[in-house]
Amino acid sequence: MNRGSLLLRMELRSNPEMLCVVRNALGQLAQTLGFPEPECRAVVLAVDEALTNIIRHAYGGEAERPIEATFRHIRAPQDGENRDALEIVLEDRGVTVDPKRLCGRALEDVRPGGLGLHFIRESMDTVEFRRRIGRNQLRLVKFLHVTGPPRSS
Amino acid sequence: MQIAARHLEKITIFDVSGDIDLATSPELRKALLRELREARAPRVVLNLKQVRYIDSSGVASLVEGLKASRDVGSRFVLFGLNKTIREVLQLSKLLRIFEVYDDEEQAVAP
Repeated sequence: MNRGSLLLRMELRSNPEMLCVVRNALGQLAQTLGFPEPECRAVVLAVDEALTNIIRHAYGGEAERPIEATFRHIRAPQDGENRDALEIVLEDRGVTVDPKRLCGRALEDVRPGGLGLHFIRESMDTVEFRRRIGRNQLRLVKFLHVTGPPRSS
Repeated sequence: MQIAARHLEKITIFDVSGDIDLATSPELRKALLRELREARAPRVVLNLKQVRYIDSSGVASLVEGLKASRDVGSRFVLFGLNKTIREVLQLSKLLRIFEVYDDEEQAVAP
């Protein structure tokens, strides 16, 4: 299987203070790949929310647990043709994610919490969870719809 | 994130700057709930002009502020929402539940 070209790999601790570091790096990466500004914001929001879920639910708020984030440029099928996309894989060694907790909530229900997964699903084209060799793995894909070469910084 | 409080007669205005995320939203939540539940401010206004980013935990803090204001019969008002903040609130479908103004003059008007 062609796994695409590796763009960036980050080994993080589950410390909320690190979220802004990831957001800044990912925003720059998405911009460099040529994503339009609103899509850069969407990708950043999705990854931030996914990391927040790992910290809160998989690690129960513990700040020193490992998280691996891998960012690849891939080509994958969408609407009958192969397109460029950004693939993001987040891995943690926390407790197994209960699928019921991944359902989000009805948006009509005005109360705090439960919005993160909704934001992730609305922001990304592909959202896949799986448990693999003692790890939770979340795979996110965002297709690049812009034609033309990536912008240089 | 930084929060600075100022008072305009009986109105409390919080000037918030930076990012509201998992690391910082507890501080915002605490400030809002203290002002609404303990100080019983009749109107709490949140200036979000200098906020660069907000996530779901930040939105949850705003919802908690709104609920607390309803509980104590005060007003909870937002102004200065930039594109990023507006997008996230729209995505949450919660923008409509807040009292939102473009600028401070409107937000503190009688």
